[in-house]
Amino acid sequence: MARKLMKGTEAIAEAAIRAGCRLFFGYPITPQNEIPEYLSHRLPQVGGTYVQAESEVAASNMLYGASGAGVRVLTSSSSPGISLMQEAVSYMAGAELPVVIVNIMRAGPGLGGILPSQADYLQATKGGGHGDYRVPVLGPWSVQEAANLTMEAFDIADRYRTPVMVLGDGLIGQMMEPVELPDERPPAPDLPPKTWASTGWKGDRPRAVINSLYLDADTLEAHNRHLQQKYRQIRERERRFQMRFEEGDYDLLVVAYGTVARVALSAIEELREQGRRVALFRPISLYPYPYRELAAAAEKARAVLVLELSAGQMLEDVRLALGRSRPVHFHGRTGGHLISPEEAANRMVEVLEGRSQEVADV
Amino acid sequence: MSSPAVLEETPAAASERTRAPVFGHPESLRQVITHYCPGCTHGVIHRLIAEVLDELGVRERTVGVSPVGCAVLAYNYFNTDMHEASHGRAPAVATGIKRGRPDLVVFTYQEDGDLASIGLSEILHCANRGEKVTVIFVNNAIYGMTGGQMAPTTMPGQVTTTSPLGRDVSLAGHPLRIAELVSALRTPAFIARGAVHTPLHVVEARRLVRRAFQYQVEGCCFSLVELLSTCPTNWGIPPHEACAWVEKNMVPYYPLGVFKTPDGGDRAPRPLGRE
Repeated sequence: MARKLMKGTEAIAEAAIRAGCRLFFGYPITPQNEIPEYLSHRLPQVGGTYVQAESEVAASNMLYGASGAGVRVLTSSSSPGISLMQEAVSYMAGAELPVVIVNIMRAGPGLGGILPSQADYLQATKGGGHGDYRVPVLGPWSVQEAANLTMEAFDIADRYRTPVMVLGDGLIGQMMEPVELPDERPPAPDLPPKTWASTGWKGDRPRAVINSLYLDADTLEAHNRHLQQKYRQIRERERRFQMRFEEGDYDLLVVAYGTVARVALSAIEELREQGRRVALFRPISLYPYPYRELAAAAEKARAVLVLELSAGQMLEDVRLALGRSRPVHFHGRTGGHLISPEEAANRMVEVLEGRSQEVADV
Repeated sequence: MSSPAVLEETPAAASERTRAPVFGHPESLRQVITHYCPGCTHGVIHRLIAEVLDELGVRERTVGVSPVGCAVLAYNYFNTDMHEASHGRAPAVATGIKRGRPDLVVFTYQEDGDLASIGLSEILHCANRGEKVTVIFVNNAIYGMTGGQMAPTTMPGQVTTTSPLGRDVSLAGHPLRIAELVSALRTPAFIARGAVHTPLHVVEARRLVRRAFQYQVEGCCFSLVELLSTCPTNWGIPPHEACAWVEKNMVPYYPLGVFKTPDGGDRAPRPLGRE
């Protein structure tokens, strides 16, 4: 397919179709409505089904049913809607069901606002619902990457039998960029067949029971150990990140994800022209977080600056990665405000010139 | 004209015939001991569903959805692929299964707390979309699994652990009539209410369950059968009294019958000024 100018939300929706997804359940919420709108006309064209659910609670439970029946399925929502979906996300993690969930984050808490935000980071990366589970989370910084990660998310979901979240800030959903999509992106060849799915039991395999209930403590602990083993594998194999200006020395390492990393990159490029030695570390997988890679990247730096559209959520993972090895500084905006390149550059200069206070322990 | 031959049954054939089972275990029900309390009628309803699945020959393409409630472990009892849903969401889960694989026969098995309280939104919208699934709704007027709390279907004045003085309809409202509520929707459907507290009622309930699945198998419509059931444990009375309690207290409020058939259309309102 030729390059095409697409909105982030539409690129995500089309990417899901190219990855073989023929089923979408969702509920309208700003700022991601273009995903359900696009799929409501596009899915029937390819023999798929779009269902507008009565609520996000119902939508996510429809995912539970469809995924349990062995088909690729997508939903998308935005922060308050994602909170409502957490019931089924926890059940799907427990029942080990592969689904892809897109969260185009808006500012919170509560109803908050409809402007861009990254304030769902902790909810997304630390589980989100009840119980000991994690969900792989991918944070794209461009429309092309949002499409690529959406297609990849289906493979990760199927490979590990887990929900996977594509976590975009409001900006990634609304901005338009050129995108190139394959006509068809077949599932990765190494994916195991879904012999566990409820497709009607003819006696040729164990009876399929899609379930997260284990009343016996020993059995439930064994199930939890199995899940944790799977998360270890995910942490080992699925870390994704990108660095810029990692060659040579740098004094300051900026850590940012999503569109904030784009802003940071503009600011860094400008500062480097002025001879400032600044590099960028961009986590792409937010769970699993690239702790080791970040720690290695920070070794060259004198200080680290975290930029986020939140009050400091990924900041916690940066501090987990670095401990007290480097002073960590923070700059965040909330309420739907973006960080401008000038604002980012000013904060970088403040840190470089010793005019910034590092993040305190309390 | 010769007289018709009288076929005498040989003693061996008679013995064979009398030893042949006339009442077997449905293939759609697993041969396991259930956790249901003595005298509870869940077992009867399980059997009716299983017999119908056998009769229709759809066991191998059926997926059931069990609820949260007494029947939470129903996935251990039906001899089909099963899903265990979160509380009240079985109709949403069933929607997902059926839309993902329309070739499957999908049913939910739900109870009053699950369907009539926390899952009211899911059941109404599933029915209103006309999802081609079958819902078996077991109404025993109480929360059984959690220990006998008041349900939306608890009878006026009925004592439960959370209505110790009896259900006060001025504060808790009147019992929800699900069959009536769902049959008010315009979307074509098969909606009926039966009971299982006497052998005659069991036979009638079986017919309703069969019709409900038949409509689905034909790709016709959404179907829901509400079945009045007993809970001797939480009602605090012996099983035979529980059956009498259904007849005396529930049947008058929850009338039995077919409320809606797919060709039924709208129910006509009474003209204004003529109430």
